[in-house]
Amino acid sequence: MRNNGASLAIAIVLCCVFFAASAHGENLAVRNCTWCHGGGASGYPPAPALAGQRPLYVEKQLAYFHARTRDNPFARQYMWGAARNIDGESARNLALYFASLPPRAANDGVPNLVGVGRTIYQEGMPEANIVACVVCHGPNAEGIRDIPRLGGLDYSYLKRRLEQWNEGYHAAAGPPMISIASKLSGDQIEALASYLSFVK
Amino acid sequence: MRALKPLRIEGTPEARLRPAIWKLTDVRLRVGLAALVATLFFVGAVSAQHRIGPSGDIAAKISYCKDCHGVSAQGYNGYFPIPRLAGQQPVYLQNQLRAFIEHRRTNNIMFNVAHSLSPAMVDALATHFASLHPPPIGGAPRQKVATGRKIFEDGMPEVNIAACAACHGPDATGSGQIPRLAGQLYPYLIKTLNNWDKERGRNPTVPDASAIMSPVAHSLNRSQIEAVAAFVSTLR
Repeated sequence: MRNNGASLAIAIVLCCVFFAASAHGENLAVRNCTWCHGGGASGYPPAPALAGQRPLYVEKQLAYFHARTRDNPFARQYMWGAARNIDGESARNLALYFASLPPRAANDGVPNLVGVGRTIYQEGMPEANIVACVVCHGPNAEGIRDIPRLGGLDYSYLKRRLEQWNEGYHAAAGPPMISIASKLSGDQIEALASYLSFVK
Repeated sequence: MRALKPLRIEGTPEARLRPAIWKLTDVRLRVGLAALVATLFFVGAVSAQHRIGPSGDIAAKISYCKDCHGVSAQGYNGYFPIPRLAGQQPVYLQNQLRAFIEHRRTNNIMFNVAHSLSPAMVDALATHFASLHPPPIGGAPRQKVATGRKIFEDGMPEVNIAACAACHGPDATGSGQIPRLAGQLYPYLIKTLNNWDKERGRNPTVPDASAIMSPVAHSLNRSQIEAVAAFVSTLR
């Protein structure tokens, strides 16, 4: 009986160590992301929020960083290295984890540009050949499948990404964003980024 | 204005016998020719400018349409399914763009789009999209295709549903106001058939051909709609 008790105690201790180690391991991978992407993965400029992002989108982007086909300056500087050792399965697990976190709006856009931004997003500007973003990104900018959530991302990230479509980056991305973004003026990009930063 | 002296024709007697062989040494002739060339150039430039104006607009508008409907107008699965326009019947496209404006067909986005198009632009766009033939984008479940083919080709006489092919054509390419279905997006076809009366024939003061489809859409159950959609979405 005494022996059994000792075995049980040892087993419990081993289990605790094992679970602590495995939990620690998961935390490390996530921790490596949240050092830059912020607590709760809710973004810390220049790193965008990942919380609530579409898992298929995150998984694909990690693959693009890994293959070095997503190639803007911050991607080269940070994400190529960060994604170097992330294989397909790790990317999927990280993507699912971040998708499960509740998104929090950055709320850091220019408030008086929100109206124009909302109009462009929800209705487009047919006379200027600007399409309505809502058709692909959804009524609350929540995204779908590999089309990313835009709602609540920070202003500077949204603005930078909209500008970069026509600066020769994003070799991995196919149509239609390069063509769409080419029709947006600087003011319209700022309006969109402002509106989206407040979308919950 | 001083009358010009007759042109002096130089050269051999043989040359003189041939009319219209003038030497360009004559100053008046040179000036005249220069003026003619300049005039032609000016007229050409002006008319080219007139051509570039509208055709530039058309190119920009086509690019705008394709930003949503796909680079070859093959359709695109966004948050909402965006239909294929490639190979579509021009009369159908023209009628649908009018339907958005006349509130026969409800869609806020397309209402705004249709309002921005002149009749000439609508015609140009309809002609352009009818001329495109990219392959279907696919994505429909294959196991439904055989059932769909049967409904499409034979109809369902027991529930009084005619063969789709009777109106939409054996290759589902449509005709006139009856749309091409071949290669249309699977989720778009499902959404459209499931919501027929919520999306089409919405203005009672302007009845249209969409009324023909209403009883058909109602008679098909969900799985039959999926089957027909799967079949026609694979057609080239």
